[in-house]
Amino acid sequence: MDKFTTLTGIAAPMPLVNIDTDMIIPKQFLKTIQRSGLGKNLFDEMRYTQDGQEIPDFVLNQPAYRNAQILVAGDNFGCGSSREHAPWALLDFGIRCVISTSFADIFFNNCFKNGILPIVLPQDQVDVLMADAKKGANARITVDLEAQTVTTSDGQSFRFEVDPFRKHCLLNGLDDIGLTLEKAAAIDSFEKKVATLRPWA
Amino acid sequence: MTAPRTLYDKIWDDHVVHQAEDGTCLLYIDRHLVHEVTSPQAFEGLRMTGRKVRAPEKTIAVPDHNVPTTAGRDKHIDNEESRIQVEALDKNAKDFGINYYPVSDIRQGIVHIVGPEQGWTLPGMTVVCGDSHTATHGAFGALAHGIGTSEVEHVLATQTLIQKKSKNMKVEITGSLRPGVTAKDITLSVIGATGTAGGTGYVIEYCGQAIRELSMEGRMTVCNMAIEGGARAGLIAPDEKTFAYVQGRPHAPKGAKWEAALAYWKTLFTDEGAHFDKVVTIRGEDIAPVVTWGTSPEDVLPITGVVPSPDDFSGGKGDAAKRSLDYMGLTPGMKLTDIAIDTVFIGSCTNGRIEDLRAAAAILKGKKIKVKRAMVVPGSGLVRAQAEEEGLAQIFIDAGFEWRLAGCSMCLAMNPDQLAPGERCAATSNRNFEGRQGRGGRTHLLSPAMAAAAAITGHLTDVRELMAEKV
Ligand code: SF4
Repeated sequence: MDKFTTLTGIAAPMPLVNIDTDMIIPKQFLKTIQRSGLGKNLFDEMRYTQDGQEIPDFVLNQPAYRNAQILVAGDNFGCGSSREHAPWALLDFGIRCVISTSFADIFFNNCFKNGILPIVLPQDQVDVLMADAKKGANARITVDLEAQTVTTSDGQSFRFEVDPFRKHCLLNGLDDIGLTLEKAAAIDSFEKKVATLRPWA
Repeated sequence: MTAPRTLYDKIWDDHVVHQAEDGTCLLYIDRHLVHEVTSPQAFEGLRMTGRKVRAPEKTIAVPDHNVPTTAGRDKHIDNEESRIQVEALDKNAKDFGINYYPVSDIRQGIVHIVGPEQGWTLPGMTVVCGDSHTATHGAFGALAHGIGTSEVEHVLATQTLIQKKSKNMKVEITGSLRPGVTAKDITLSVIGATGTAGGTGYVIEYCGQAIRELSMEGRMTVCNMAIEGGARAGLIAPDEKTFAYVQGRPHAPKGAKWEAALAYWKTLFTDEGAHFDKVVTIRGEDIAPVVTWGTSPEDVLPITGVVPSPDDFSGGKGDAAKRSLDYMGLTPGMKLTDIAIDTVFIGSCTNGRIEDLRAAAAILKGKKIKVKRAMVVPGSGLVRAQAEEEGLAQIFIDAGFEWRLAGCSMCLAMNPDQLAPGERCAATSNRNFEGRQGRGGRTHLLSPAMAAAAAITGHLTDVRELMAEKV
């Protein structure tokens, strides 16, 4: 997993609420057995016509946002299915950070496992960032994970909260499984205990 | 004396392997269910790192999401990518030595129907699956939730999950349901009341008389859609109905182990005075048969209502409603019962169990469909066999329904069962998102009885009117 420390990049505005994982990556692209290559189908049904032509109005098709690295989105981003293909598609496109007032639980977890930082901010601050993102390619938003701040192109800065463990993993690009396997002894003794307490389990 | 605890607190406490200072826990997982779509990358990860499946005996795999539901699928699957995923699961199950129900096995079906049916899901357990509707298993008083593929890999390798505890939410449905109102109407009405993000950060415990009065099948329907309300999981405390359902299932405990299990399961309830962070109470009598009109499961209205206007909503929701109405091809003010239906789909992990098929068949008996096509996809091979034995299959076939093999099918349309653009479907599944049942397809979620009613009238229909006709 790639580290996430600081990021300065173009932010694309997507004010729609309840953007679900079926919109982020429609199911016809879930048939892959790989993690990479999904970026071209990110938001596929909003981004392309039935015969594969780009829809010029869609934000990521506009020249200013083709290289966006940040999304500023409406409430409840990532609701719906558990598909990790959603963060894989975002990452493959180049998005490393999503900012919203709220996220669906599983999507939120999945982001951290893939080096994407989901940031929750209050409505008024998301509104400011949304307005900044709407300015286009010249407006670059800066995210500093160490300091836990998001800064607009004109220098207005907001602090965000992040779970310390997840922050540590993101900053250092750490793999969860490796960390958990260090606790193998604790898992062994838990299993022994349960074998007598709940032998049917 | 320890402080009073909720059911969620109790199950959680019994599964903590390790707790870090910041409250992050390593939680032990009793059952891990696996399907073909969200697991290939996880098994690949194990191979690349030379890791094994820690507890293959607690890991159960079944292909369901993209398998065709027509005959001959055990010989050949036409769609190449689907075939590759199913073959990958065959191979992974074999290589890693996990429990497996291939398409050729009569026990194959939707993972959330197979787990309980085979007795893998038991009260007080932690159950995970790379699928958001894992909450279904909460109907047994098991803490069950969906996980992503990285977490699938984590559970395969370590039999644990890194978790922070959620908050407790109580959803109480008081009194009894009125005739024609079902578990599906409860769960949709709750989402309608709380919104799709109303449960975010919570584990819901459903309780109250109306919940107690539901069968296990109905309880699974309620918990199934907890995720649609944003909750991490939904739970219902186990009771005599739960124990009766579990007893005798292939993987349920037997003999002395059964007795020990039963004694433990009887401790699984929320203590008097335990704290809930949020409480929602709905009167069972107030719940009507409902349908969705939009493209979010929270877009719910009683069947007696009319299509709303974007002006009825505030904030971002107004724009979303406008987009939904455009997509759904509906005009504000139109009566919901005037919406004509092209296709009816009965199935999915929400409503693909025997009781659902019985409810639909009761409405369909002796009638013919007036829609262009109608399809029943039983939740498992065993549900299908039972429905055939009870004569339900014949009722569906005589009415003009297609009688399919088990799988997810048109719930997410990853297999050939898809809607065409603009095609309007009354579906017993759980998601009405744009494109969910096929690009441009329009979905109205409802109960099996309501789906059957729409099938024979050709438009959305209040099932209570048909029931009145019967008596
Ligand atoms: S039936 Fe639908 S919701 Fe249930 S597991 Fe299958 S795809 Fe998911």
